[in-house]
Amino acid sequence: MKLSKLGRIAAVAAVATIALTSCASNEGGTAPDSSSSASSLSGELVGIGASSQGSAQEAWIAGFQKANPEVTVNYDPQGSGAGRESFISGASAFAGSDSALSDDELAGTFAGCATDSKAIDIPVYISPIAVIFNVEGVDELNLDSATLAKIFKGDITTWNDPAIVALNPDAKLPAGNITAVHRSDDSGTTKNFADYLNKTAPDVWTEKPADPFPYNTGEGAQGTTGVVDAVKNGSGTIGYADASRAGDLGVAKIKVGEEFVGYTADAAAAVVAESPAVEGRADNDIAIALDRKTTDPTHYPLVLVSYAIACDSYEDADQSALVKAYLGYITSEEGQKVAADSAGSAPLSSDLTEKVTSAIDSIK
Amino acid sequence: MTTPTLDRKKDAPVVRTGDRLFRGSTLTAGILILVTLAAVAIFLVAESIPAFTEDPAKIKGSPSSFWAYVGPLVFGTIWVAFIALLIAVPLSIGVALFITHYAPRRLAQTLGYVVDLLAAVPSVVYGLWGISVLAPAVQPIYSWLTDNFGWLPFFAAPVSGTGRTVLTVGIVLAVMVLPIITALSREIFLQTPKLHEEAALALGATRWEMIRIAVLPFGRPGIVSASMLGLGRALGETMAVAMILSPGAFITWALTQSQNTNTIAANIALNFPESHGLDVSVLIATGLILFVITFGVNFIARAIVDRRKAFSGAN
Repeated sequence: MKLSKLGRIAAVAAVATIALTSCASNEGGTAPDSSSSASSLSGELVGIGASSQGSAQEAWIAGFQKANPEVTVNYDPQGSGAGRESFISGASAFAGSDSALSDDELAGTFAGCATDSKAIDIPVYISPIAVIFNVEGVDELNLDSATLAKIFKGDITTWNDPAIVALNPDAKLPAGNITAVHRSDDSGTTKNFADYLNKTAPDVWTEKPADPFPYNTGEGAQGTTGVVDAVKNGSGTIGYADASRAGDLGVAKIKVGEEFVGYTADAAAAVVAESPAVEGRADNDIAIALDRKTTDPTHYPLVLVSYAIACDSYEDADQSALVKAYLGYITSEEGQKVAADSAGSAPLSSDLTEKVTSAIDSIK
Repeated sequence: MTTPTLDRKKDAPVVRTGDRLFRGSTLTAGILILVTLAAVAIFLVAESIPAFTEDPAKIKGSPSSFWAYVGPLVFGTIWVAFIALLIAVPLSIGVALFITHYAPRRLAQTLGYVVDLLAAVPSVVYGLWGISVLAPAVQPIYSWLTDNFGWLPFFAAPVSGTGRTVLTVGIVLAVMVLPIITALSREIFLQTPKLHEEAALALGATRWEMIRIAVLPFGRPGIVSASMLGLGRALGETMAVAMILSPGAFITWALTQSQNTNTIAANIALNFPESHGLDVSVLIATGLILFVITFGVNFIARAIVDRRKAFSGAN
């Protein structure tokens, strides 16, 4: 009796071991392709930062490690603030961040960088934010930023409000209540959405942009998926989410200049490419002061730009080579395409890519 | 398998290796539990000190003090758990009574298994079910309640457009604590002395009267401690609440609005991933508060059970 019980346990353990080991062995055994034979890189690269880049980073890491099988890249999506903090303290080789380094942070020292060298910001991930809605009988919706701000602030509460009707004369807007869905967790998406509203409708959206949603109105939902689900399952709902997740939901067009513009990857990349750089930065620091107030209808200003923050010059030459190779890969046409496929981001435009490439080349 | 001979009464009791081993292992188990608890408490206190000492203006959302930040969360935690128990306790007692006193034997057994099965469903699954099935299903009911009973503060307008309110969370939590309370109540009702029941029936009581005068009074302390166990689960439930609830940062009694007071556990789950520095300390400090609350709940439960020890089969 006892023996048979033991035997059974052993059998289960054996099966589990086989199952688990077979699971773990899918990483290393990739067939060597043409590029891997040329790669001489090896070592470990650690990045910490924004969760917005999380799924893109996963795809990049997979692609990069396939080409450079001796390299291990780890990206821990702890959030932008934590990413910058650990980069400054030298705990990671690069940081992912939804905002560029502040002047205060740049004035300090960076433990992982060579003495007297500073850190630089490199835009690697552009994601348009879509305003999604689910209103019965309404397929198209035009909104200007003041109206959008009032909806999310709770000043406009019904769909047939005169302000919305004036922008959508042809739509059959119902009389029902608006449920405005925002992120209940802290998020760079919220910060960029708030930044857009704060810049373009400052007298309505008076709160400074930050990761948490600032007002006690509307409905909160966890994560991008939560917002999309809430909008999809509710009635008379509106929300904001990474454009790639909008799916079949209605997407509002926002007013840019005199026209209403829907998001496209090109329009999102265009606004980033043509926005001015932040003043007073080093030549190879590409911090972008996003032109939210653009009036050019080929631009879509409701966009999130996420940076990779790296040292201008590394203490450790091996790390420097790894960072250059990795950032070079993720900003290349191939890397940007991988991110577009897996995370729905908007690829960098060609002239921005040129600037980014020369900045990465300048890393020592 | 050999029994010791009985002729050494006056000598010290026989101690065998097995005894020593067993005593040692139970002692270790007992000490281990205390050490674990102490380790958790020390971690919580040590990590949360900055939250109490630092300037509250530096906390995210700059509340006037740490207590102003944690106050609504404490309310939300207790409020949600209270709603869940309000639904789950009567239901559980009903199910337990049905299983023990009404149902035919075979049905009772099946029902018992099914209820126990509810406890095995992971809370993420309950969360998904709450978002995609329950919330849309109850939203029209909430609309109706708000339209007709809007004068009650609980159903004040405006109604949530998605149904992801504190009441929905309360219902989901009720389903989650139901198996705990039912399983314990069932065991307790089964322990009612047969003589009491038969005496009640012999005096001419109907079955319902017999339950009222014999089963329920006997089981009361057991029901209380079962409910407290369920309450502990409801207070600490994280995933389902974080997924379903649409949170706001203030105290509200409304059950059907978009803005609901968040719970401590869900707030930690939502905000921890993007927090750093002082904000992490603040979240851990709220965890410490939750620890104290659950400790208090268990303490009260034990006190109630102990008071009725003489009649309780639970000890």
